[in-house]
Amino acid sequence: MDKRVTFRHRLLPWLLLAPQLAVTALFFLWPAAEAVWQSAFLPDPWGTKAIFVGFDNFTFLFGDPNYRESFAVTAIFSFSVAALSMGLALALAVGADRVIKGSGLYRNLLVWPYAVAPAIAGVLWLFMFNPSIGLVAYYLKALGYNWNHVLHGGEAMTLVVIAAAWKQISYNFLFFLAGLQAIPRSLIEAAAIDGAGAGRRFWTIIFPLLSPTTFFLLVVNVVYAFFDTFGIIHIVTGGGPQRDTTTLVYKVFSDGYEGQDLGSSAAQSVILLVVVGILTVIQFRWVERRVHY
Amino acid sequence: MTTRRTIMAGAAAALTALGLTAGSALAATEIHWWHAFSGRLGELLAAQVEAFNASQDEYVVIATNKGNYSETLNAGIAAFRAGEQPHILQVYEVGTATMMAAAGAVVPVHELMASAGAEFDPSVYLAAVKGYYTTPGGEMLSLPYNSSTPVLYVNRDALEAAGIDPDTDLSTWENVGGVLDALKEAGHECPLTTAWQSWVHLENLSAYHNAAFATMENGFGGLGTELTFDGPVQVAHIAAMGQWAQEGKFIYSGRRNEGGARFRAGECALFTESSAGYAGVKAEATFDFEIRPLPYWAAVEGAPQNTIIGGASLWVLSGHTDEEYKGVAAFLNFLSGTDIQAAWHQDTGYLPITMAAYEATKEAGFYDENPGTDIAIIQMTGKAPTPDSKGLRLGSFDQIRGIIDEELEAVWAGSKTAEQALGDAVSRGNELLRRFETANQ
Repeated sequence: MDKRVTFRHRLLPWLLLAPQLAVTALFFLWPAAEAVWQSAFLPDPWGTKAIFVGFDNFTFLFGDPNYRESFAVTAIFSFSVAALSMGLALALAVGADRVIKGSGLYRNLLVWPYAVAPAIAGVLWLFMFNPSIGLVAYYLKALGYNWNHVLHGGEAMTLVVIAAAWKQISYNFLFFLAGLQAIPRSLIEAAAIDGAGAGRRFWTIIFPLLSPTTFFLLVVNVVYAFFDTFGIIHIVTGGGPQRDTTTLVYKVFSDGYEGQDLGSSAAQSVILLVVVGILTVIQFRWVERRVHY
Repeated sequence: MTTRRTIMAGAAAALTALGLTAGSALAATEIHWWHAFSGRLGELLAAQVEAFNASQDEYVVIATNKGNYSETLNAGIAAFRAGEQPHILQVYEVGTATMMAAAGAVVPVHELMASAGAEFDPSVYLAAVKGYYTTPGGEMLSLPYNSSTPVLYVNRDALEAAGIDPDTDLSTWENVGGVLDALKEAGHECPLTTAWQSWVHLENLSAYHNAAFATMENGFGGLGTELTFDGPVQVAHIAAMGQWAQEGKFIYSGRRNEGGARFRAGECALFTESSAGYAGVKAEATFDFEIRPLPYWAAVEGAPQNTIIGGASLWVLSGHTDEEYKGVAAFLNFLSGTDIQAAWHQDTGYLPITMAAYEATKEAGFYDENPGTDIAIIQMTGKAPTPDSKGLRLGSFDQIRGIIDEELEAVWAGSKTAEQALGDAVSRGNELLRRFETANQ
């Protein structure tokens, strides 16, 4: 027998949805529509006039080899940030899950970085790696490695990836820990009795059972790396050296906010929106198939 | 969308600020001034405002810090779009073309003074300073506030330690090259570094050697201007710098003034930076230092011409009442006063904007007590500015500087030749200029 609770009221579901819909419309749909509208214009910064240019803003962007390159930069950056922050968070969560004494303290300490503002996180890491006064740069020099992210693109990328990933570890850690604690002990114990070692238990039982959490975090982390990291990049490298750390969202910020080129900035926002949309579809269609709920 | 969000946030913040101050309404007419100074400069600015407010009771100037230069400009723009703009906005020199193109959003200073019936004689201002903010027809658009020009800072102790006579002639890049060789040979780790590479080593380099940075009088002649800083003078200089970078004689520290910390810490022997860096160096340096004129290439005929300014000026925004504009005119005249300017010049290292303030400072014996502080003025006023040395007026200039930074970094890293890098910077920059031209026609 199918037991189902039904509400006759037609208005109630809409009423309950209304606050969420209002927030979505106000903070997402409206600005997004505005960005699409603006991307067809070449406005002057003061809003006194705007010339309709159709798709010119887009052809201008895609005609620029540097813009196309920043797709590659964004891909490397986002993949590295997601992989690093999720990998470390998983390792820490597994570790914290085993701790019995003082586990609350560990957990709290591990959550702290999430409360740090992106700009502050950037300055923090910048200080440690500053080529002339940074502590880490100093020790690297003692080891014979001349750290200079101001001139070397690879090192600049490494630095922004570390800073951006570090901030996100806490968030990932919380979800992984909750995921781990939801796995029934009996399954793991049964595997242990059958003679499975720690590594085997992890890869054949824990990791597959964590997959919903991992999948959720993958989506969240990619969105984070795409949108929420320009503060860190702005502080640490300013997109340089050359264009080695200029991600798509950083270019939106610098063209629009520093360059006052609102037409191009809006067009870039639209492109970014499409890219993230496609990525999310890919994740849900192909990656999610491998997820066990 | 991020941009939109920031702009909306800026506008919201602007509204709150205005709302708060409006709450404390006084009988006197309020004049709002948004600026980009914090720290010591912010204190000095506040003192000027207090002095003005105390000097009369008709107007009250309320100065508000809106972050750094680009944040201040953006706050002003966002407020204008929302109809809540301040009366006076401090805008950095690279924003000049943006402000000029904003017909309807700004009230040119010469018009303001005329309609307010205030006394105004543009000839009292230093030609080299006001030229940057004046139309080709000679009309002053904004009031110069803080202006500086690049000079060479020398760590005399470092030269001596390397066995070089600290009084050696450093007026030409040819001589500097020899000193860099000697420093390197003596094992010095940072013979030369710089701040603001585009401003010092391309914009000022071009003016100093009377080489065009862009066509149509460096953009003063109109929006159709095209970049030309890939000429022989600039290529030769950047190639030499690139060579020094490869040999470890020029150390690149970053796009802004990161090199300043290194020089002040005694790490670098020579440092090209704004004359306004003087106060900081004086306060922190524990070694014997000296200011010298910016070097030039003796091989270039006619050099040295004159250097150009950096810094900011005060723009008056439209949409306020005549009564308020009278207050603005009175305040701008107050700021141009000799005592105010002389004190500002001596306290900050920025240039005085009037000839009278320079004379007053000289008479007070300030230059004798602080040798080198008059070099910036001499360097700027030594020769009458030519069409190629009076300044730059380029749309999207902030982004063009970003492009120059990127391309110069390629030279310092050794991945491009000077010729390639400057050629690429010119063609990338020209695309932005064409966009700006279309948007502002």
